Amino acid sequence: MQKYSVFNLIKNAFSSHENWEVAWKDPTPKKSYDVIIIGGGGHGLATAYYLAKEHNITNVAIIEKGWIGGGNVGRNTTIIRSNFMHDANGRFNEFSMDLWRNMSQELNFNVMFSPRGIINLAHSDAQMNAYARRGNSMRLNGIDAVLLNREQVKKLIPMADFSEDVRFPIFGGLMQPSAGTARHDAVAWGYARQADSMGVDIIQNCEVIGFDVIGGKIKGVRTSKGDIKANKIGLCVAGSTSILAEKLNMTLPIETHLLQACVSEPIKPLLDHVVTFGAGHFYCSQSDKGEMVMGGDLDGYNSYAQRGNLPTLQHVLTEGIAMFPFLSKLKMLRTWGGIMDMSMDGSPIIDKTHIEGLYLNCGWCYGGFKSTPASGWTFAHTIAQDKVHKLNADYSLNRFSKGYLLDEKGLGTKTWIS
Amino acid sequence: MLFIKCPYCGIRSQNEFAYGGDATVKRPELNKEISDKEWDDFVYNRKSPRGKHLEFWHHISGCRQWFKVHRDTATHEIFKTLKPHEEL
Repeated sequence: MQKYSVFNLIKNAFSSHENWEVAWKDPTPKKSYDVIIIGGGGHGLATAYYLAKEHNITNVAIIEKGWIGGGNVGRNTTIIRSNFMHDANGRFNEFSMDLWRNMSQELNFNVMFSPRGIINLAHSDAQMNAYARRGNSMRLNGIDAVLLNREQVKKLIPMADFSEDVRFPIFGGLMQPSAGTARHDAVAWGYARQADSMGVDIIQNCEVIGFDVIGGKIKGVRTSKGDIKANKIGLCVAGSTSILAEKLNMTLPIETHLLQACVSEPIKPLLDHVVTFGAGHFYCSQSDKGEMVMGGDLDGYNSYAQRGNLPTLQHVLTEGIAMFPFLSKLKMLRTWGGIMDMSMDGSPIIDKTHIEGLYLNCGWCYGGFKSTPASGWTFAHTIAQDKVHKLNADYSLNRFSKGYLLDEKGLGTKTWIS
Repeated sequence: MLFIKCPYCGIRSQNEFAYGGDATVKRPELNKEISDKEWDDFVYNRKSPRGKHLEFWHHISGCRQWFKVHRDTATHEIFKTLKPHEEL
């Protein structure tokens, strides 16, 4: 594989950049593979990469219905954080943070990881107490957390509304300084390029139509490009999980919901951090192009539409303007939607299934992007070793029936309620 | 914007309603031995189909009645709304 470097950039300038190798090939599927990963999103690509890198399994195919970077990996708001309270979530996402820090070097692709810090605003004394508790839990798990008072928050984000007569005055906030953002498309492209270079076949525009299960064991998939055999198959399809589960006669603790995001017109550098509103569901950061990147609530009803409705967007931006009044002066450049696999406790599932050789990676709710490397790493381990790693042991499928829920937000089974 | 026909009030905008989830899920019957699997299916497991979906909505900023909506989860088209005791 041709390395991306400043020397190669100069070298290729002499041939008008016409001789760069393709980043990944477009192979026709073979008859069989050792492992098939269904879903060429961030998590699927990362899984294939770590299967090859950590477990030396390179006879792998990724089957993608659309194209690389066309799903949620290209639709999210690029936030990376590990500010969780529960041990399992904290451990898992802090492991993910470690992988993020070295990702650009490891993948030889600039993913523009920017640890700019995330600030969760608090709007009452009770919320300050809750954040103090969460911050302490984080620090016990080795994650950086700083509780900020009103004045400290004002220094960092003076453009926020610090009036005292507003409905939700800012009391302070919880900050994770090491959190940040990354270029989401680059993450997909970087993993795809490295996985391809190690022998993984990335098969795009190939839809899974059915599965071959014989005697409780998975034997292969039927696709729009023909039947492909494999004794190990990983399901990594986010919002489409329930559709494929139905083909396997499985009913999962998952509902597919719609989440919108939007960006404003680009403005000069203003906001250094990722900031979340504490009295509703709104978050905001500024991209390198200067756009304000914003998101918030689910539309709130089951949907596979990948496009949202105006009322939710209006609601979310009303919260945004309460936090940052200057937003009301900006024009929205783009809005879009993606479909989320909302699990019944808000935490993901990375596990084996009752079908031998079939592995499940789903339930990422709003927050799959930050977990991309750890999800791929642990899912690759689970597939290669046929057993879960201790990092994903708590993300089991049977935790619902056993009563070991990981309800980070305390929402119960209605995770789509905002 | 969804326009939803409340069976009691008529057509209103989505802003007046709250969503209540899959309306085909049935609570296991009382006074009967209930298996873990039945509870699991009732509390957690959902079909979440792409296509026609029967679901509960609550006219929370209107008459505050619960009712059922038959809607397509891929196109958001609403086919029919029913009172809670009515079947499709």
